[in-house]
Amino acid sequence: MRAGILALTALLLLFVAFPLATLLFKSFQDSTGRLVGLANYQRYFMTPTLVASLWNSLAVAVLATAIVVPLAFLYAYGLTRTCLPAKRLLVALALLPLFAPSLLPAISLIYIFGNQGFLKGWLFGASIYGPFGIVLAQVFYCFPHALMILTTAFSLADGRLYEAAAAMGTGRWRVFRTITLPGVRYGLISALFVVFTLVITDFGIAKVIGGQFNVLATDAYKQVVGQQNFEMGAVVGFLLLVPAALAFVLDRHVQRRQVALLSARAVPFEPRAHAGKDLGMLAYCVVVGGLIAAVLAVAVWGSFVTYWPYNLSLTLKNYDFETFEPNAAGPYFASLKMATLAAVAGTTVIFCGAYLIEKGRGLRALRTLAHLIAMLPMAVPGLVLGLGYVFFINAPWNPLGILYGSILLLAINSIAHFYTTAHVTALTALKQLDGEFEAVSASLKVPFYRTFVRVTLPICLPAILDIAIYLFVNALTTVSAVVFLYGASSKLASISIVHMDEAGATAAAAAMATLIVATALAVKLLHLILEQHVFAKLQAWRKR
Amino acid sequence: MQSLERADAVEEARAEAGRAGPPHLSLMGIVKRFGAFSALEDVSLAVAPGKLVCFLGPSGCGKTTLLRVIAGLETQDAGTIMIGGLNVSRLPPAQRDFGIVFQSYALFPNLTVAQNVGYGLVNRRKRRAEIKARVAEMLNLVGLTEHGAKYPIQLSGGQQQRVALARALATSPSLLLLDEPLSALDARVRVHLREEIKALQRRLGVTTIMVTHDQEEALALADEIVVMNRGRVEQIGTPTEIYNAPATAFIADFVGEMNMLDATILAANRIRVGALTLSSAHAEARTPGERVQVGLRPEDVRIRGLGPGAPNTLAVRVTSLDFLGAFWRAALKVENDPELVLRSDFSINAMRDLNIHVGQSLMISLPPEALRVFARAGA
Repeated sequence: MRAGILALTALLLLFVAFPLATLLFKSFQDSTGRLVGLANYQRYFMTPTLVASLWNSLAVAVLATAIVVPLAFLYAYGLTRTCLPAKRLLVALALLPLFAPSLLPAISLIYIFGNQGFLKGWLFGASIYGPFGIVLAQVFYCFPHALMILTTAFSLADGRLYEAAAAMGTGRWRVFRTITLPGVRYGLISALFVVFTLVITDFGIAKVIGGQFNVLATDAYKQVVGQQNFEMGAVVGFLLLVPAALAFVLDRHVQRRQVALLSARAVPFEPRAHAGKDLGMLAYCVVVGGLIAAVLAVAVWGSFVTYWPYNLSLTLKNYDFETFEPNAAGPYFASLKMATLAAVAGTTVIFCGAYLIEKGRGLRALRTLAHLIAMLPMAVPGLVLGLGYVFFINAPWNPLGILYGSILLLAINSIAHFYTTAHVTALTALKQLDGEFEAVSASLKVPFYRTFVRVTLPICLPAILDIAIYLFVNALTTVSAVVFLYGASSKLASISIVHMDEAGATAAAAAMATLIVATALAVKLLHLILEQHVFAKLQAWRKR
Repeated sequence: MQSLERADAVEEARAEAGRAGPPHLSLMGIVKRFGAFSALEDVSLAVAPGKLVCFLGPSGCGKTTLLRVIAGLETQDAGTIMIGGLNVSRLPPAQRDFGIVFQSYALFPNLTVAQNVGYGLVNRRKRRAEIKARVAEMLNLVGLTEHGAKYPIQLSGGQQQRVALARALATSPSLLLLDEPLSALDARVRVHLREEIKALQRRLGVTTIMVTHDQEEALALADEIVVMNRGRVEQIGTPTEIYNAPATAFIADFVGEMNMLDATILAANRIRVGALTLSSAHAEARTPGERVQVGLRPEDVRIRGLGPGAPNTLAVRVTSLDFLGAFWRAALKVENDPELVLRSDFSINAMRDLNIHVGQSLMISLPPEALRVFARAGA
């Protein structure tokens, strides 16, 4: 067990902590490697164009957050507090953007509002390329993230509070103001921070639809890939880290003040049917959910269109990637390989790691350190982590340099990037096990790994599968981190989409994106089916 | 003052145990601290083989910590632990010979009852048939033969407890540790199950240590009780010793009901309680003028057969009566000292025969041997 804890800590240090530290140090160095203190930062703030991107990023993030969160708030309210029909369908619609790279809504918007867009007139002369497009695309992309947080917050309702209010004859608005709203306060704050961080650090959307509008993410790309100015790239990376880390710290601070809303005596809240409210919310949800699905569907449709907008007949020619991409469908299979590797290796490392941290004995300081490092990635944008990897892995003294450009490194990066959520999921599942299983095992002279295989794994199987799917889908659709790390043989689908879009082959880009979405959805569907039928049998011991 | 009484009691118990042969479990000078908080302070005791010993005390007294130290689940800061003559102080739990049942039972929910019971046996590379036979034997022992194929979630609390017991005993450990095994059960089941545990322990003759905060349970089950308070052992003795001759005021008050009264020693065997002067059989070793506490059990108050020579007679008035099913609990206000209110238990018979009601005046007698004297806390 001790060996495991040591190995885990070493891995986390190597692939999470050190890259970040290297990034930080790099921003204080000049091109020869000498420490120059804050000189790079000074140069940054004295360059008007660079500073402008900082303001641009902030503006776009604030605007997008201000639009998305209220929309998601209402949607979540409708899903949890009214008696809507077809709730599952509405949830599925709203979660669709999770299965697509962030670029997909951007491509769709180009089809709709771009130079050849069929709704171009609606813009009254303004261009979709620029801040407007970015904000709009981000709204679609971030909606499911905000929705998930808010539905969780809304569903943590104690029915007794509402019963008590009803017994005292409280008016509906007052109930909303004094019971509902305070109850979801922390979920709301969490959603605000999460969306803000997502928008300010996103690369894909800004690249595709940003036009001349510079943001921090595209700046980092230009400095590092375009100008080979690593030090400036590090400065931008660090500046990207600040709002994300700040949001993370503030969110944790706020969460600490959240009192447990559900005690053991709480009664689950049952919404009561109310024709007017239900119908109103249904209309809203259908419109919003439908819009989300429609926007994504446009890109899918566009991938089958021969020559937009002149020849709208359907064809499969856009899927013949050879014309646009030197490696034909290679990037798609590379993505598939990478995502599978990330899912399998990642789930193993993360779950075993969580087990060692939670149930391990001894080496307490190391276990705490490992846990802290595991919580870091949540505050680190993918782009920043990717940059950190470039500097750390590629450093001349680093033997891991041979990994650069390989699928393995991309997988490791993805695992590191999405580590925290998976780690917390594993911990939550493990905490639900009786704390004395290991003690019982020891008293019966059964080694702990036997109990791990016979008891812990089967009980935690649903959580393990959730983690695997989470890692797979996210690794498949991620853009930001991999844009710095791919090599000739490991070009991923998301990079290919960016390149094809740059080259003007929008339809082919849409086609590749559609492939990604289809794969992600197919895997998720497989998961759901397996869960229902196969694993139901294996989990028979849960039923009375 | 109190520590002397305690040390004497412990020494006596140890001597007693020594006469019966070498102890199966012995602890010497166990100390356990969590930061600045001292959970166990210089705990020493010995358990004879085949005995059922209860660790009894209020929440936070350290009894569960002590059990976990014996099991090796917590490491002591100082002291030695010997099990079966072997020094296990530094050994991990897997190398100590014991079985354990936790308050939550910790049954493996994804394994059947039979698989749970056989869990420790599978590892010892016994043959399938042997394991099956042993599991059947254990299930029979705890009365769950037909439930072998069920999952824990399908069993009641009492049944789950018995599975946990069977699992712990299946490997024939020499020491059985029970951590509040009955707390999670409702009253009826608890009483029934505790008799079963006692019978099982007698039958198998396995040395058992049980942690409980329920003094009724300890009195009913234990061959010996170790009363703990704030990390220290206050007294070790048989149930009757603990009940009839509590070493300290804490024990007197914790085990059973007790009227605790402030008093002053007047002379050998004479004490003053409030405005009353009483004779006590326990005040010889005290100095006059010493401030003490006097304990009187409610059931020791006599109201019948009070002849002219009855000791410590008092005139009282009944101020309240509580019906507790098997008996009545009365509050008696002493006429000569209205500040003094004694709790007294009257049987149904006495109530009926003497027609006791609220407001009635009575004569009561307090036997001198029932007035126990303790050092006053903080004195």
